[in-house]
Amino acid sequence: MEKILLPEIPNLHQIDVYMQNSGYEAVKKAFAKTPDEIIDEVKKSGLRGRGGAAFSAGLKWSFMPKTTDKPKYLCINGDESEPGSFKDRQVFEFNPHALIEGILIACYAIQAKVAYIYIRGEYHKWIKLMQKALDDAYEKGFVGEKMKENFGGNFSCEIYIHKGAGAYICGEESALMNSIEGKRGYPRVKPPFPAQFGLWGNPTTINNVETIANVPYIIKNGWEWFSKIGEPKHPGTLLFGISGHVNKPGVYEAPSGTLLTDLIYNYAGGVPGNKKIKCVIPGGSSMPPLRGDSLEGVKMDAESLKAVGSAIGTGGVMVMDEDTDLIRVLARIAKFYHHESCGQCTPCREGTGWLEKVLNRIARGNGTSTDLDLLITIANNIEGNTICALGDAAAWPVKFMIERFRDEFEKAVKDEVVIPVKNKVHALRHTAIPLGELKKQ
Amino acid sequence: MEFKFTRENLQKIEALRKKYPTSKAAVMGTLYIAQEQNGYITNEVMQEIANILEIDVVDVLTVVTFYTMYFTKPVGKYHVQVCTNVSCMLRGGYEILDETIKKLGIQINEVTADNKFSIEEVECMGSCGTAPMIAINEDFHENLTKEKLVEILDSLK
Repeated sequence: MEKILLPEIPNLHQIDVYMQNSGYEAVKKAFAKTPDEIIDEVKKSGLRGRGGAAFSAGLKWSFMPKTTDKPKYLCINGDESEPGSFKDRQVFEFNPHALIEGILIACYAIQAKVAYIYIRGEYHKWIKLMQKALDDAYEKGFVGEKMKENFGGNFSCEIYIHKGAGAYICGEESALMNSIEGKRGYPRVKPPFPAQFGLWGNPTTINNVETIANVPYIIKNGWEWFSKIGEPKHPGTLLFGISGHVNKPGVYEAPSGTLLTDLIYNYAGGVPGNKKIKCVIPGGSSMPPLRGDSLEGVKMDAESLKAVGSAIGTGGVMVMDEDTDLIRVLARIAKFYHHESCGQCTPCREGTGWLEKVLNRIARGNGTSTDLDLLITIANNIEGNTICALGDAAAWPVKFMIERFRDEFEKAVKDEVVIPVKNKVHALRHTAIPLGELKKQ
Repeated sequence: MEFKFTRENLQKIEALRKKYPTSKAAVMGTLYIAQEQNGYITNEVMQEIANILEIDVVDVLTVVTFYTMYFTKPVGKYHVQVCTNVSCMLRGGYEILDETIKKLGIQINEVTADNKFSIEEVECMGSCGTAPMIAINEDFHENLTKEKLVEILDSLK
């Protein structure tokens, strides 16, 4: 299978090597067409966002208002903080010019004059690599005012890198915009959507790094070529990051719809010690986990994973073998969301803390059977009741992990409800048992 | 303690401001420059940034307290950040954390008496494929074992 984003070409990150491999030619091809034609081409290719929601990229671009005097902006989301996700750094390191070329085409399509690449602060090395690539592109006159001479036409745009500072929530698009504006990374209430009211109140589009890096190849080879790769409803190759209990963890580029078992056993070399798999999280820690005994035939694309009750997310596959303590894993996931909740919405701010505390209680061996229902009640009270999707992301792993591994969790808790206070009804109010039923007892 | 940016850093801030239509947007980058010069962010640093960017000091404070990568207290010369999130945990992240604590003789969020080392437990750093990992200041050290960790810590002077 041909690789698109991470082909085996040595030193592709250098601008000269990238140009020898027909780099920066797609941009010329694009500028010969109208912006609407480009949007249409990307729409027809079926390119879907690689940041988690798998939304149609062309459709997103088409939301940008055509007649407006306001400046327009493009933001590239390279915050990449989802546990289990480590694919964008491969693009920064091995194919940064595909990203830059993609940004130029995207800016032209939506007529944005400025693009910001938001890279998480911990990626010091990759920020430097990306800055080097960007400096080289500026020097060649591929970005900025000189674009007009090099590519013809009358369009030019600027690209800047914005360094994050350690906040998972800034991967949420509206929090990302607030962060670029120099504020706390608080997600905004939607609507208004970014295409109407984005950066500094101007029309803005936010795309993932991997999504944009695909664009030059679509323009170069045509939408028909791209739409035929992998699953028709979610075409193209995906960068799968496989981590946890596998022999060869890493990022592998494979067509969408590749079998999950194929990724684990062939690409990543199987499980150490030939152990059985207990659990797989297929798309980063927010996505519902799958049982190890139900992996046969599961395809890795948005629609197929939806059908088996999970989601593609960022394609970060976390594999856990049969000896894994899922209670500890879930407690660790809950700790993460508690730490990263921005604190704007009460259900998420308080609920994520409760999830962590109750799960730690179970992990310490002090849990009772009512705790499992309590966890699900808390999760249900967070889900859908917050401004952004972090609440859902915190609730899903808890809900689905307990639902799908109920046997395991029941083994870890005591049947008997231990109540240290005299007033049993009062104490039980804090559990998931409806108060009415208690009073009857 | 009074704080003033060096002339070189003032130029960097000026260049940073040109990237954005508002000066407020430059606050995150300016904080990094200040942290590099001063080691950590004090009230005086925040006041100076507010003066330079012509924004309220509370706008600086709100950013400092929100993001985890700005330090409001001194950290060691080598700030050791250990990831214990799921992918690292599955491959021994907590053992690496315990070993770091044992080796350096301090707890999480503490600094050694000679100000050389400090430990922070961090969330996913995006090194899941090369877990377990630590970051020392800006550098990632991946595919760690306890032995490799000790070797790395010993090599730091």
